Amino acid sequence: MEKNNNTPRRDFIKVSLAAACGSAVCSCKGTGQSQVPDAEETIQLLAPDGTLVEVLKSQITPLPDSELITGMAAREGIPGKKFVMVIDLAKCKNARNCVTACQKMHHQPEDKEWLQVKLMKDSEDAAPYWFPKTCYHCDNPPCVKVCPVDATFKRDDGLVLIDNDRCIGCKFCMAACPYSTRVFNWDEPDQPHEISMCHPSPETSVPSQVGTVDKCDFCPDMSRRGELPDCVTACPNGVFYFGDANEDAVTNGTETVRFKKLLEDRGGYRYLEELGTEPRVYYLPPVDRMFPFERGLDALSEETISLYDDMLKK
Amino acid sequence: MEISSFDKLLLKFKDPLSKPSRSWWMLMGSMLLLVAFGLVALVQQIVHGHIVTGMRDHVVWGVFIVNFIFFLGLGYSGAILASVFHLTRISWTKPLHRIPELFALMGLCIGPIFIFLCIGRLDRLHYIFTYARIQSPITWDVMAIMTNLIFIATYLYISHIRDFAKLRDTTILSLPDWKKKLYRKLSLGFTGKPEQIKALNSAQNILAVTIIFTAVLADSLLAWLFGMSLRPGWHSTLFAPEFIMVALYSGVALLIVLMWIYRRQYKLHDIITYRHFQVMGFALLLLCFGFAYFTFSEYITEWYNVSETHGRWMDKFLDFSEFGMMSLVTIFFGIILPIVILIIPRFRNPGSITLISVLVLIALWFKRYLIIVPTLETPYVPIQDLRPEYFNYQATWVEWALTLAGIGAGVILLMLFNFFAPVLPVADLEHDEEIVVPRPFYGTLK
Repeated sequence: MEKNNNTPRRDFIKVSLAAACGSAVCSCKGTGQSQVPDAEETIQLLAPDGTLVEVLKSQITPLPDSELITGMAAREGIPGKKFVMVIDLAKCKNARNCVTACQKMHHQPEDKEWLQVKLMKDSEDAAPYWFPKTCYHCDNPPCVKVCPVDATFKRDDGLVLIDNDRCIGCKFCMAACPYSTRVFNWDEPDQPHEISMCHPSPETSVPSQVGTVDKCDFCPDMSRRGELPDCVTACPNGVFYFGDANEDAVTNGTETVRFKKLLEDRGGYRYLEELGTEPRVYYLPPVDRMFPFERGLDALSEETISLYDDMLKK
Repeated sequence: MEISSFDKLLLKFKDPLSKPSRSWWMLMGSMLLLVAFGLVALVQQIVHGHIVTGMRDHVVWGVFIVNFIFFLGLGYSGAILASVFHLTRISWTKPLHRIPELFALMGLCIGPIFIFLCIGRLDRLHYIFTYARIQSPITWDVMAIMTNLIFIATYLYISHIRDFAKLRDTTILSLPDWKKKLYRKLSLGFTGKPEQIKALNSAQNILAVTIIFTAVLADSLLAWLFGMSLRPGWHSTLFAPEFIMVALYSGVALLIVLMWIYRRQYKLHDIITYRHFQVMGFALLLLCFGFAYFTFSEYITEWYNVSETHGRWMDKFLDFSEFGMMSLVTIFFGIILPIVILIIPRFRNPGSITLISVLVLIALWFKRYLIIVPTLETPYVPIQDLRPEYFNYQATWVEWALTLAGIGAGVILLMLFNFFAPVLPVADLEHDEEIVVPRPFYGTLK
């Protein structure tokens, strides 16, 4: 997947066309790298009727990059979609690429984790396992219920987003979320100037604003461009499957599978189902693991490992 | 010229009614200093963000919300006490009528300030109205607080009208002209005609009945703010009645403290008597039993059979490196000591009852702290963070400074009330042939 990691990727206003070419979206929804087209070069495209057609590259005009969705439009959601995620605990070895990719994408400092990888151990004899935790985008979201100003809202496509221009910073949503998903900007966020000058959008969650709440947004701006969220593509082990429940398909970037079939075959479940929040994130239990859990400790400092003492002693 | 007994009564309030004494100004000055100190802290918080407080992503609310609950509890309980005193018309409660009315309005003015301090974007505060969302408990609370504030301010004013008329007519106090003019306006031409008295009485009756309902509902709403969250320690059906019990307990404690202060300040020993302290002490004891019952019920059900997260939460109350000490202080000052002192006759005198009330107020502040902080420190998902301040909440000087400022502002409000009117409903006391004291329950009058 093409990425412009050196430019503030979400700053559509400033980095307009140059960046747009980087992730040009053709009318057929295929993504490709656009170069100056050779007049004679052809390309194969999949027509809506399922046949392959060959067209001259020069005849293809890349669509302008998807517009920044703000205001009321950002509250409606992407038509026809019901986003869903499946996290395969059997594959996670705490590589933490998801965490850093998310931080890079949203211009967050190292200590602000919208996506966290926890070490879990359910009881004394149970085996420890790594537990990546995004926002669950609950269908019955306690955070949305309590917001006094409609700053956090539930969309038709299943996403729970935050309008940082609306948020008054009462933190009630943070107290209400049973999954400790949300983070607060306790001081002026440390972001490059051009990022903090961007027009804020609930779809990009950028820029962060002091005194308001941030959280994982499932990257709807990337979905609009037909791309996967960065945590999904950054994971070296294909832990995250992202997709659309309406299509019954989820993908981790390398394999695309039937969503329901995956849950059926692998015993998919939701974390703390008993709370009745109806999360849109499912977990596959850590069976037949790809890595021993200790592998996740390899790259960590002594100090970090000591944080897990209580959990491991259980 | 012979001074009538009523004039004698009025003269007790010469300071600060006609001319505040030096000590009044000194107290006012020091309270203003406290408020100024708080303003310095507030500027820090606004300039640097909430990072200057001890609040972090898990404990998103701290001492501010504790003060919010504490002051609103005083406000609502004051409102309920004032209404009950008025409606029951027990003659010996007359000298106590004004005090709960005053601290009801004080609590409802100071409490909301602390919720504003929790708001990350004060510049967007008006969104609460322009984008109001009726589903949010915060919106309910905004409406509840405003409703009660209006009702209680109106009630306080109506109950003052007869006193304002007395102050307008009196010559004994040598009040400054601007105050005379003010009383003339505020007394709305009240001259004591039967129809005027009747109108005032019915207005007060209707308001008192309404306030009992709105205050109980508003304090319950405050509890539901937490009770409706899916958090261990908060998600409890017991919360609303417990909040009301705790609020009433703190209200009676503050009433006793203020009775003692005003009795000393205005030399009201023959009006607010030993007997008043004794009876209010019994009321405090009753509420203390209620508080003990709620506390026991809350902890025993959580402890006996406990889920994993609740267990982690519960353990913190027993662990002296966490909240063990604070729990013990709350139980000792809030339950054990009051029972011992109030139940044994020889320990019972105005001084000891007042001291117990002060300790009860402290214990009930801690109780609110124990309601808020341990729950926020115990999320379902374990905290694994390199930053120690993200595990345990520790209030900073900014929060303490603003807490002191809140107390200072509360004292200033009460002093201002006293500056404009006596702390006794003087008009009501005028025609009492003799001072009515509560009938003794048993034993002899001290």
